[in-house]
Amino acid sequence: MAKIKFNQDKCKGCELCTTVCPKDIVVIDDEINTKGFHPATVSDEDECIACGFCASICPDVVIEIFK
Amino acid sequence: MEQIAGRPNALTDKEFHYCPGCTHGIVHRLVAEVIDELGVQEEAIGVAPVGCAVLAYEYFDVDMHEAAHGRAPAVATGVKRVHPDKVVFTYQGDGDFASIGTAESVHAASRGEEITAIFINNAIYGMTGGQMAPTTLEGQKTTTSPYGRDVDHAGHPIKMSEMLATLEGAAYVARVSVDSPKNIKKAKKAIKKAFEVQLAGEGFALVEVLSTCPTNWGLSPLEAIDWLQENMLPYYPLGEIKSKEEDK
Ligand SMILES: Cc1ncc(C[n+]2csc(CCOP(=O)(O)OP(=O)(O)O)c2C)c(N)n1
Ligand code: SF4
Ligand code: SF4
Ligand code: SF4
Repeated sequence: MAKIKFNQDKCKGCELCTTVCPKDIVVIDDEINTKGFHPATVSDEDECIACGFCASICPDVVIEIFK
Repeated sequence: MEQIAGRPNALTDKEFHYCPGCTHGIVHRLVAEVIDELGVQEEAIGVAPVGCAVLAYEYFDVDMHEAAHGRAPAVATGVKRVHPDKVVFTYQGDGDFASIGTAESVHAASRGEEITAIFINNAIYGMTGGQMAPTTLEGQKTTTSPYGRDVDHAGHPIKMSEMLATLEGAAYVARVSVDSPKNIKKAKKAIKKAFEVQLAGEGFALVEVLSTCPTNWGLSPLEAIDWLQENMLPYYPLGEIKSKEEDK
């Protein structure tokens, strides 16, 4: 099982990570972070296959993945 | 559990100042991952440009040197010649590498300086507010080509990689893109090779990275990725343009 962590306070809400997930679980949060952006998050961590795509396209190194 | 993604050691903890969705950040991370994988953090010396990446010295956790606009390959030449055992790289935009710094880029390549140049082609001057760059595409609107780049007036966009690959001293030249996970993987491979070519003492190594500037293109980050794919990829073909046979 994979573990995925979004360091949301670093996120700029660019949405690049939301279009590359093969499981379609990366979404934009309703909450607002300390920078004033809607950060990205995962809707269902159990679905994550730790492919790393979301982290690879993130320009701000927000995402940590463990497997 | 094994960590498969996160912050590389060769990046400091400082958050990037880049605009949301600006792919400069992806390329920073790739360079840092390569430095980590090659185990050269202690030996690496980076040269930062003038342009949006002017603060690169705050982000790479290696020794860094700032250069005047366009002069990074000249500064890197000096650093490498004084410290031939160090791993020296430049990180430059297209205004820096292909406009004001063209002479330095061409001659560092021609002399076969054993340095690695990371060249960000985002088809515009980002830092100064979106003026036409030598790499701006035909018809592309910028603040200094408000009706679109007119090639009869401003010439055609320069393909730096193809041009520099003709030089004897250029040992490795590749053009990559960071528009998708697949291309980002290939980009990292090319950046790694460009450092390995330096470690092997083969000559000048260049990786041109097609990149986005959502802010000055006037597009959202996702639209900017689409624009790169639709407009830049057809004009700037990806792949290794020059590589020694044994590296392939
Ligand atoms: C000698 C000199 N001339 C002009 C400038 C103004 N200037 C600053 S950055 C820049 C171009 C930046 O574009 P690019 O190199 O493509 O980098 P980007 O910001 O797009 O990453 C220019 C012309 C300067 N700082 N110094
Ligand atoms: S690692 Fe892969 S599967 Fe998991 S959230 Fe990211 S893109 Fe989706
Ligand atoms: S790619 Fe990174 S910065 Fe952009 S929304 Fe996703 S996590 Fe946030
Ligand atoms: S102006 Fe363009 S190149 Fe500069 S940080 Fe913003 S998006 Fe990136």
